[in-house]
Amino acid sequence: MAEPTQGTVYPTVIADDLHIVYRVNGAKSGKGSATSALSRIVKRGEERGVRKVHAVRGVSFVAYKGEAIGLIGSNGSGKSTLLRAIAGLLPAESGKVYTHGQPSLLGVNAALMNDLTGERNVILGGLAMGMTREEVKARYQEIVDFSGINEKGDFITLPMRTYSSGMAARLRFSIAAAKDHDVLMIDEALATGDRKFQKRSEERIRELRKEAGTVFLVSHNNKSIRDTCNRVLWLERGELRMDGPTEEVLKEYEKFTGK
Amino acid sequence: MSETTQDAVAPRATVSPDQQLTAAQLAAKYGLAVSGARPSLAEYARQLWGRRHFILAFSQAKLTAQYSQAKLGQLWQVVTPLLNAGVYYFIFGVILHANRGLPQNVYFPFLVTGVFVFTFTQSSIMSGVRAISGNLGLVRALHFPRASLPISFALQQLQQLLFSMIVLFVVTIAFGSYPGLSWFLILPVLALQFLFNTGLALIVARMGAKTPDLAQLLPFILRTWMYLSGVMFSISHLLAGRSELFIRAMQANPAAVYMDLMRFALIDGYGASNLPPHVWALALFWAVTVSIGGFVYFWKAEERYGRG
Repeated sequence: MAEPTQGTVYPTVIADDLHIVYRVNGAKSGKGSATSALSRIVKRGEERGVRKVHAVRGVSFVAYKGEAIGLIGSNGSGKSTLLRAIAGLLPAESGKVYTHGQPSLLGVNAALMNDLTGERNVILGGLAMGMTREEVKARYQEIVDFSGINEKGDFITLPMRTYSSGMAARLRFSIAAAKDHDVLMIDEALATGDRKFQKRSEERIRELRKEAGTVFLVSHNNKSIRDTCNRVLWLERGELRMDGPTEEVLKEYEKFTGK
Repeated sequence: MSETTQDAVAPRATVSPDQQLTAAQLAAKYGLAVSGARPSLAEYARQLWGRRHFILAFSQAKLTAQYSQAKLGQLWQVVTPLLNAGVYYFIFGVILHANRGLPQNVYFPFLVTGVFVFTFTQSSIMSGVRAISGNLGLVRALHFPRASLPISFALQQLQQLLFSMIVLFVVTIAFGSYPGLSWFLILPVLALQFLFNTGLALIVARMGAKTPDLAQLLPFILRTWMYLSGVMFSISHLLAGRSELFIRAMQANPAAVYMDLMRFALIDGYGASNLPPHVWALALFWAVTVSIGGFVYFWKAEERYGRG
């Protein structure tokens, strides 16, 4: 159905019958009381007290170099889970993901600490993404300028908890986007900050796409999928419902969602 | 399943040979590797070394963030251990008179050294057990050798201990033990204990990632361990008269070994007669076996962290 662009046929990501299962402790059949927990321990069933959530069920696809692939589907359909599995961050229950190089998720939020200054967070975030000290130093000014945090005064030396939510989101995006990637995955990161910053970040994503081999984009905004992607994977209940050129899949998806 | 999808996705009838390949063969042909596979032990250690700046920066960030909302700020790094020492002195020195067999001017530095050194191990373990399970967001968002987290937490505790050492020096000097050549022994003791703690942190980090309940259970185990290790009393004095083997076994406890060595280094009145034989060999043995064992044990589950 989908063809690789410009005749390049080097695969960069291969997913082979991929299953992802989350295990949630203490959520079994809604009974969290001490007695029921005890009886579960006594009963010795397999994996007592653990509820399994089968988030991705048997997804297979091959992504090629130069493709920009959109992932769509309703909330909880397994899009973000699939991205994390491709990045090798979530272990697969069964099946395999093969990748060319190290795919990276555009997201550094978890490494940042609200009690630290913006300045230290830039350094910490850069190091967390695997940049060297020198790289972080070299890019520091670029990151701060891009975020525009210092446009309204010297905010970068204040703790991040004092930032407005927009400012914090801008700084996070700026840190995350500072690194170049082989296979890049973006999880709804486009809609942060004010209008001016959104434009700047869209431009940065296009740049990243040029440098990266393959781009995955999760979004609920069909327009941004149309603007950036040439192929779309439609996930529903963890299953790959459709895989094809953007227009074809989006038409079906819009019919399905009743737009 | 994979076959049919292959056909659907592969380029239209042009490069036909690829269509017959299974996913694994296709991956092999173009040199793709399994995502999230566990690297070899040597490669893992190399990756970890590459992340040393992150490990250090993360531990320092955690340390700073701890008191960033307090008015006195980083001063708490020193005040907290000082208050701790005060409380222990009040209870064990003044009320309980636990200084059996030790003169008062030796007992207080003895007690404070014990408390700080044991706390170093205790808090390394407690933060280690949550190193993975408490940072799932980080584990699921970014790529790095997962051992970075427990090591970073152990390093944070080491830095915390360095602040406590300031208090400890003041206390020791105030009770009449002045800095001498033996104080240089602090360095190897700290290094060995740090290795031991890191190994333990790695072990409990893997166990805690699979069973977070461990974080609830550990405080009890650790408290029992503390009372067995002779933090508030001298093992050799308290057990005087028991069988030699029993005393040696109690003294071989790694926590007791590091505490005794630190006391020996710092306190004038705490001589070599209080140390068990081969104490340095014991210290080295615990540090090497636990750190290497912990590292290998943690590495064996590397690809499984993040599930849960």
